[in-house]
Amino acid sequence: MTDKDNFVPDEGLAPASTILPAAAGPLQDLSTPARSQWMDVWDQFKTHKGALFGSFVFIFIISSVYIGPLLWGIDPQFLPQGRDFINLRDTRPIWVGLFDADAKVDWSHPLGTDNLGRDMLARLMFGGQVSIAVGLTAMLLALFLGTLVGVLAGYVKKLDGILMRLTDLFLALPLLPLILVASLLFRDPLSAMFGPEGGTFILIVMLIGVTSWMPTARIVRGDVLALKEREFVLAARSIGTNNRHLILRHVLPNVLSPIMVSATLGIATAIITESALSFLGFGFPPDFPTWGRLLNDGVDRVASYPERSILPGIMISLTVLSVNYLGDGLRDALDPRIRGR
Amino acid sequence: MLTFTIRRLVLAVPTLLFISLVIFLLLELAPGDPMAQVPLTVPPEVKEKMREALGLGQPMHIRFWKWLVQFFWIEPQVLIDWMIGTTFSEGDLRVISWQTRSPVMDIVVQRLPQTLWVVGTAYVLATIIAIPIGIYSAYRQYSWFDQLGTFVSMIGFSVPPFFSGVLVIVIFSVNLGWFPSIYDTTLKVTDWESFLKQLQQMIMPVMVLALQITAQTSRFMRASMLDNLTQDYVRTARAKGLREYTVVMTHVLRNSMIPVITVIALGIPAIFGGAIITEQVFKVNGIGQLLIGAIQANDLPMVQTLTFIFAVLIVVFNLIADVLYGLMDPRIRYD
Repeated sequence: MTDKDNFVPDEGLAPASTILPAAAGPLQDLSTPARSQWMDVWDQFKTHKGALFGSFVFIFIISSVYIGPLLWGIDPQFLPQGRDFINLRDTRPIWVGLFDADAKVDWSHPLGTDNLGRDMLARLMFGGQVSIAVGLTAMLLALFLGTLVGVLAGYVKKLDGILMRLTDLFLALPLLPLILVASLLFRDPLSAMFGPEGGTFILIVMLIGVTSWMPTARIVRGDVLALKEREFVLAARSIGTNNRHLILRHVLPNVLSPIMVSATLGIATAIITESALSFLGFGFPPDFPTWGRLLNDGVDRVASYPERSILPGIMISLTVLSVNYLGDGLRDALDPRIRGR
Repeated sequence: MLTFTIRRLVLAVPTLLFISLVIFLLLELAPGDPMAQVPLTVPPEVKEKMREALGLGQPMHIRFWKWLVQFFWIEPQVLIDWMIGTTFSEGDLRVISWQTRSPVMDIVVQRLPQTLWVVGTAYVLATIIAIPIGIYSAYRQYSWFDQLGTFVSMIGFSVPPFFSGVLVIVIFSVNLGWFPSIYDTTLKVTDWESFLKQLQQMIMPVMVLALQITAQTSRFMRASMLDNLTQDYVRTARAKGLREYTVVMTHVLRNSMIPVITVIALGIPAIFGGAIITEQVFKVNGIGQLLIGAIQANDLPMVQTLTFIFAVLIVVFNLIADVLYGLMDPRIRYD
């Protein structure tokens, strides 16, 4: 697993015909299959129980949210009419029937329905798709901006001062109030251009992305500054590599680990920010469920139907918790100083 | 140190000016119309006059300048007048809210105590809880206490306040009926009875906020203690026969507190921002709710002033954190 372990002679695996004494150190590598860096990372990642569990939960949530609707054929937007509306609305989840015999439960709606008779399970899955899509896209945007600013600031000396002042300035802005203001002010033009749902999606992704790139930029800049002085960069430059290739082929792969860690943490913050916006009523339109929106819709009748707020809340928390554990494990696994301990 | 502080103070002025410009431009370029609420029967020329009465007739840079003068020159005068009883600001135009037609700062001053009470209590309480937790979980690293602390703070990071708030309302208000779910700001603490009531209604918002702050601060405390516990000076202290308590609580703790105190200082403005959601959940009518209401009502002077106050808090506490760091750590010298 570690460098140390590789140096320990492994008699069992060494072919009998080898003429080298087993203690010949690094040459041992020849007899064992070559290990890539990512195998080491994976080995270290496996030892972090929380991270492993977190990644399983995260993959489970993503797959159930995206594959689930294919199996569960109820339309989340379907509004029952007439008698059906009276019959279907306000169904409680099935477990309520265990301790309350009078409760209105229905096996065809295991998590119940809302006050308009829409199926909660379908709405949760649909809401999850939106929340996770917003989280992933906003994270990608923030990473792109952060890496761009960080690499430029670290690599181009002239831009360093300006870009870092810009980063400081963004860090000094009161972000949540500004996101709230901007989300209300720019909603109408974007909705007119891309439709109410598409416009809001673009708006929220842009707002979260534009306001969360600063930590990534700082980390990447620091790493690039250190990498720039290393010999392999000098070697690459001496054989005539141009700047674009130098950055893309030599510098960027080496700052990949901090970027990956901030990617996982970025998903978590993006999902929380989106939910907070939807919760405060500044997010998606009411008939377009996301987890935060569902939570908010349930608050008014939380005394009679607590599950309508608690289920989406649990989904948000579980997703963020699993992503945070994933990021924690990833940070340990990608840090060569910790790896193998 | 003094020159550094002065330099930073001078540098803060352009930063704040730039931030106020950014906020002003954001609100200016936005397509919202403050006249949207006015009935359609009002003729356009009257609307135009109303617009001018709100101060919207002048070009952009003049309005920005007027806002700056009002905020930085007239409002402090009002404050001085109010404190000493002089009449510097008589007859001057103040920043007026479009919602209530009264000065913005007056409303902010009305709302501030609620926010400060809830947020301040939560912050103090959380810090008091978090520091011992951090110390002990670092001292007994990987013990069950440490594992539990890590898990709880992971939950504190991951559960957003709008969910933990709703959860405690369901548990403590709906099912147990112990605490009221709505914060009553008209309550005046006069005797023991009303004090208990105030305490009851404060418990849930404070709990929600404190969970988050404790999670962050205890993690920082733990990491900082872990960094210091393996240092050479700790071994020296132990080798010369000091008691374990003295080693940890005097030598290690004092050094570990340096980054933690700056983190605590940096967290204060973030808490004001984060309290927006908690205030909304528990219907505390503090600054956060004022901001939400102002945004929804398109009350631009109010939004501008409040956002700028948040920005001032961030800049000021950044400065405080930097100065504190320099004062406490003799290795750091800025000059």
